[in-house]
Amino acid sequence: MIHSLFLVNSSGDIFLEKHWKSVVSRSVCDYFFEAQERASEPENVPPVIPTPHHYLISVLRHRIYFVAVIQSEVPPLFVIEFLHRVVDTFQDYFGVCTEAAIKDNVVVVYELLEEMLDNGFPLATESNILKELIKPPTILRTVVNTITGSTNVGEQLPTGQLSVVPWRRTGVKYTNNEAYFDVVEEIDAIIDKSGSTITAEIQGVIDACVKLTGMPDLTLSFMNPRLLDDVSFHPCVRFKRWEAERILSFIPPDGNFRLLSYHVSCQNLVAIPVYVKHNITFREGSSQGRFELTLGPKQTMGKGLEAVLISSQLPRGVLNTNLNPSQGTYNFDPVTKLLSWDVGKINPQKLPSLKGSMSLQAGASKPDENPTINIQFKIQQSALSGLKVNRLDMYGEKYKPFKGIKYMTKAGKFQTKGLLRGRAWDLKN
Amino acid sequence: MTDSKYFTTTKKGEIFELKAELNSDKKEKKKEAVKKVIASMTVGKDVSALFPDVVNCMQTDNLELKKLVYLYLMNYAKSQPDMAIMAVNTFVKDCEDPNPLIRALAVRTMGCIRVDKITEYLCEPLRKCLKDEDPYVRKTAAVCVAKLHDINAQLVEDQGFLDTLKDLISDSNPMVVANAVAALSEIAESHPNSNLLDLNPQSINKLLTALNECTEWGQIFILDCLANYTPRDDRESQSICERVTPRLSHANSAVVLSAVKVLMKFMEMLPKDLDYYGTLLKKLAPPLVTLLSAEPELQYVALRNINLIVQKRPEILKHEMKVFFVKYNDPIYVKLEKLDIMIRLASQANIAQVLAELKEYATEVDVDFVRKAVRAIGRCAIKVEQSAERCVSTLLDLIQTKVNYVVQEAIVVIKDIFRKYPNKYESVIATLCENLDSLDEPEARAAMIWIVGEYAERIDNADELLESFLEGFHDESTQVQLQLLTAIVKLFLKKPTETQELVQQVLSLATQDSDNPDLRDRGYIYWRLLSTDPVAAKEVVLAEKPLISEETDLIEPTLLEELICHIGTLASVYHKPPSAFVEGSRGVMHKRLPARTGSGEGTECPDVGNAAGGSAPEAAPSIIPSQGDLLGDLLNLDLAPPTTTGPTPSTSGMQMGGMDLLGGGLESLLFNMVSHPKMGAGFGAAPAVMPASLNAPVGGGLGDLFDLGGGVGMPMGAYIPPKTVWLPAMKAKGLEISGTFARRAGVIQMELVLTNKAMSVMTDFAIQFNRNSFGLAPAGPLQVLTPLGPNQTIEVSLPLSTVGPVMKMDPLNNLQVAVKNNIDVFYFSCQYPISMLFVEDGKMERQVFLATWKDIPNDNESQFQIQDCHLNSEAASNKLQGSNIFTIAKRTVEGQDMLYMSIKLSNGIWVLAELKVQAGNPNYTISLKCRAPEVSQCVFQCYEAVLKN
Repeated sequence: MIHSLFLVNSSGDIFLEKHWKSVVSRSVCDYFFEAQERASEPENVPPVIPTPHHYLISVLRHRIYFVAVIQSEVPPLFVIEFLHRVVDTFQDYFGVCTEAAIKDNVVVVYELLEEMLDNGFPLATESNILKELIKPPTILRTVVNTITGSTNVGEQLPTGQLSVVPWRRTGVKYTNNEAYFDVVEEIDAIIDKSGSTITAEIQGVIDACVKLTGMPDLTLSFMNPRLLDDVSFHPCVRFKRWEAERILSFIPPDGNFRLLSYHVSCQNLVAIPVYVKHNITFREGSSQGRFELTLGPKQTMGKGLEAVLISSQLPRGVLNTNLNPSQGTYNFDPVTKLLSWDVGKINPQKLPSLKGSMSLQAGASKPDENPTINIQFKIQQSALSGLKVNRLDMYGEKYKPFKGIKYMTKAGKFQTKGLLRGRAWDLKN
Repeated sequence: MTDSKYFTTTKKGEIFELKAELNSDKKEKKKEAVKKVIASMTVGKDVSALFPDVVNCMQTDNLELKKLVYLYLMNYAKSQPDMAIMAVNTFVKDCEDPNPLIRALAVRTMGCIRVDKITEYLCEPLRKCLKDEDPYVRKTAAVCVAKLHDINAQLVEDQGFLDTLKDLISDSNPMVVANAVAALSEIAESHPNSNLLDLNPQSINKLLTALNECTEWGQIFILDCLANYTPRDDRESQSICERVTPRLSHANSAVVLSAVKVLMKFMEMLPKDLDYYGTLLKKLAPPLVTLLSAEPELQYVALRNINLIVQKRPEILKHEMKVFFVKYNDPIYVKLEKLDIMIRLASQANIAQVLAELKEYATEVDVDFVRKAVRAIGRCAIKVEQSAERCVSTLLDLIQTKVNYVVQEAIVVIKDIFRKYPNKYESVIATLCENLDSLDEPEARAAMIWIVGEYAERIDNADELLESFLEGFHDESTQVQLQLLTAIVKLFLKKPTETQELVQQVLSLATQDSDNPDLRDRGYIYWRLLSTDPVAAKEVVLAEKPLISEETDLIEPTLLEELICHIGTLASVYHKPPSAFVEGSRGVMHKRLPARTGSGEGTECPDVGNAAGGSAPEAAPSIIPSQGDLLGDLLNLDLAPPTTTGPTPSTSGMQMGGMDLLGGGLESLLFNMVSHPKMGAGFGAAPAVMPASLNAPVGGGLGDLFDLGGGVGMPMGAYIPPKTVWLPAMKAKGLEISGTFARRAGVIQMELVLTNKAMSVMTDFAIQFNRNSFGLAPAGPLQVLTPLGPNQTIEVSLPLSTVGPVMKMDPLNNLQVAVKNNIDVFYFSCQYPISMLFVEDGKMERQVFLATWKDIPNDNESQFQIQDCHLNSEAASNKLQGSNIFTIAKRTVEGQDMLYMSIKLSNGIWVLAELKVQAGNPNYTISLKCRAPEVSQCVFQCYEAVLKN
């Protein structure tokens, strides 16, 4: 099971350690630092690192490495999932998960870690139960604690742990009863240079914020549940009922939680909401090149594209660019060679474009690398897969709750390939 | 106003102040003081001096205060063991508190106080809590047993906590079940043979029920535990699968992967024509794809496992190629894994897309990734024949880019393509030669030189090219030097007139100016060959090469099977069996996939427990002996690396790990193994018969006569298996070896029949064994005095001793042999019946027998069925006696004869047996008990062989 946890910041300092069994010397992290040095980018540190007596399993979140130490055969996914849970909890408690936030709340952090694992076995990982045990810090409480010398340890014991629905705390009371659901879809796509889709898939989630008194029992049904053939549920969802009727039936945890996540694969014809037309040419023997890029909407079901942001890593040989955006602002960093263009909203009547010239380093040969264009965007009030909630009902309680459902689509890893034209071997094909 | 202020300030005299407050009479003041102490402790101040004062505050009704004191205790008990004893009373009292939460808190804290002295005081409270009426307390107590075991294992065993823990598996509360399973699994890791998780259909049912209701973490523990179970038949296996599949939709990816493991394992038992089998295959794909949209760390682990899954069952993901396409911002470790899987999934249907992707990748920035992409294009060419041409043209395009590392990598893979498709793409050689100067990596240089040598007749200036390499001969790496030597010899054989000078130059460089023995020897060999018989040299050097295949990079099937059983673990991430790297690996059980039972379909992996009787599902459960316990201790063996202990009879049962006696020629052997991995898989454990796929008619007539002679001489003599072919002539340049083993008058003999099927005379025979399980070694030289002419056969009897070096083999009775003659050295492996090792003084005293039988733990008992045996107990006993299996006593119960027997092996291991014979029933049941349970399987095979012959 999980032996110890070290938190390492981006400059390679261990700023927090926690041991659940005997103490493991922090020198074990040297193996991690070695791997970190070898990796070209911070993200490239391998997640599982063997050392002579231990294994280090790490995740990188918010520029902090969470390095777990294990000594015997433990499923690595188990460890990684647990580390994610730790990060989520910190974020939940402190709003952000940064080195500063963790250091500022070091007592709460220790208390949380102590409650989350017992001898390396997960104990309480549900945010509902944890919040009952350890109160999240607020400014007022911190002040009071400092004066009285008291701690954040709750005066109660986690009653929820005894119940059959361990994810929900008991005795919940609200004056305004409300339940909000956000359907958020992220589209990942790779588009080739001719504009046709190589792969496209949608990662969707339904996040909920439920503030309901007592023990409500909710059911949620969809207009088109057949879209959801690859889903992962929160443990509160009754799986049998879903299998038989395609209805989500559950007693929700209190507060924010992720009800389900789903995946719509490329076979189910994902509509691509945006297109990019681009052209880059370098003339042989000249240090100048032309750059042209046009964007436009495509199959967005009448909803506008917002917060569009284009970024691309230009070839190393590019010295500078002189480009004109038809809207928004663009920026080229001559050191990192990163081109970014904040387009904003796309107006279908007047398509945004970015045109101009690039200068190459003197004497540099035509660049070899093949840059990729990353596109970010948002579409409000629409789920790209077409998923729609049909109705939401509540049983078990008498009052009438306020209900709301919101849809949103955004770009995940959305990229267009092969910006560069005119390569020697491209011409031959 | 944050906690960070604690890092800087320290007030002097604070400790004294706190001490006074802790001893105050006022309750309120006390409480405040404890809080301050804890606050100081959590930020790392040393407040251990207050230990007695804080412990005094422990007996309180205030819950908050109690928790704080517990926190303090956990932190400082280790450094103040004597004082920690003061806390014992409170724990004992709290464990009887009416509030279950307090009882649980006490039992949880107790286990965290890692002080040996006080652990024994905690046994009684723990025992009570394990049987507490409240599930929350029982659940916490279960984990406490694991904690205690970590501190003092002996104590836990003596107190019987393990049994109580086992009982908790049948608890009514799912959380308790999950925690009990988790605790037991952890304890089991340090107790390989304790059979802690003894699963039967009832407990499986309990686990499956608990699975639906416990927390996500509990589900992982339960699923991992389920994966260790071997269902009795395909029905049971299907019903378990049906109950596990809902877990595939869990949000926790570890749950998903553990469920995949269970399904992959149990699927093995389902008949392929079953509808459910197809349904299950379809259900497995979406969750695996979903794992790939998670965070990169999760993706990495998932990809390593998917790599195993696509090797075992490519059909699951064959339509999902696109999800493995690399995204530009994937971390490098994800990219490399995705590439690997893309190649495994490449087929004629999707090759165009794959190639287009790979071509893109080859132009990216990261050097490692680009190299692997180029290599992948080559592997595609070898794997998908139809695509070879496109791959080659893509590679040529890449060479045109002149990017140095791309060119080098491309040349290395083109060499492989030439080997796979000879005489097809040689037109590209000209392009390759243009890049000769830019090659600076040894592998690429060696590849290029190989190409030039191989196709010397088509390259006009081959001699010039090679000569240019020769200039810096001594600065080249060995790989390049060897390749250059061979290439120039090839060139000479092809164009002798123009290159005589060149070949002389390289031969002298290799033999006279080099210190490298490999190079020197190869140089001399060529030299001698060329000078004595150029025609033979041509045949040797320019011989047709076997084609290479894509299977070379697949994981060896037995290892793959074991890894499939370990999906989701570190083993699956490293693609190594757990025994190879987990600390304390002596305890790791080897796992295998279960055999398919029920329908008459061919079993993919023969399971000896069932193989004997065909398709009887109720046959004795297959016993999976664990490697490295008693036998290992006795013999002080190195564990043979990547092997399963389960019976894996196969002609290719060579273990490369232990091949120290066999030098060079391995490559060809290895190649044979890899290209016919299926050869060994077809036959089950035929009783004590040597490699059975080569069941060729035995030797010459002489051999038969000889056998007959032996048989007539002692009608009840030791069983001698028929001779089988060990080394076919085609593999050994005309030498065929068949043989068997016999024990005659206490001497083990290897009886060999050597046949010369070649055209030339063979002389200078010698034999050697690799280290083996029982230290078998030739007791004298191989007596072949006269040269063996073409088509001549000779019988040799080689006495063996058991004092040779020992290494555990797999299967246990495997023997690797090297035979040398004037032509070459040949290697083969065979299996000897373990009955050869049964010594004559193997009759145990009755009393000793009884005592020993009781003394050996029941875990070491294995049960087998012998079917279709029509001897009565008397005849059976006589027959067995001939093979030194001694009947000590006989008992008749309700028409059943029970024979008690003993056997002693040459290395002093005793095997005790109980044979049940029922009049009129041709099926015998045999139970074997031995301190080294590994041998049971072999002994059983002997029984079967002896009784049926």
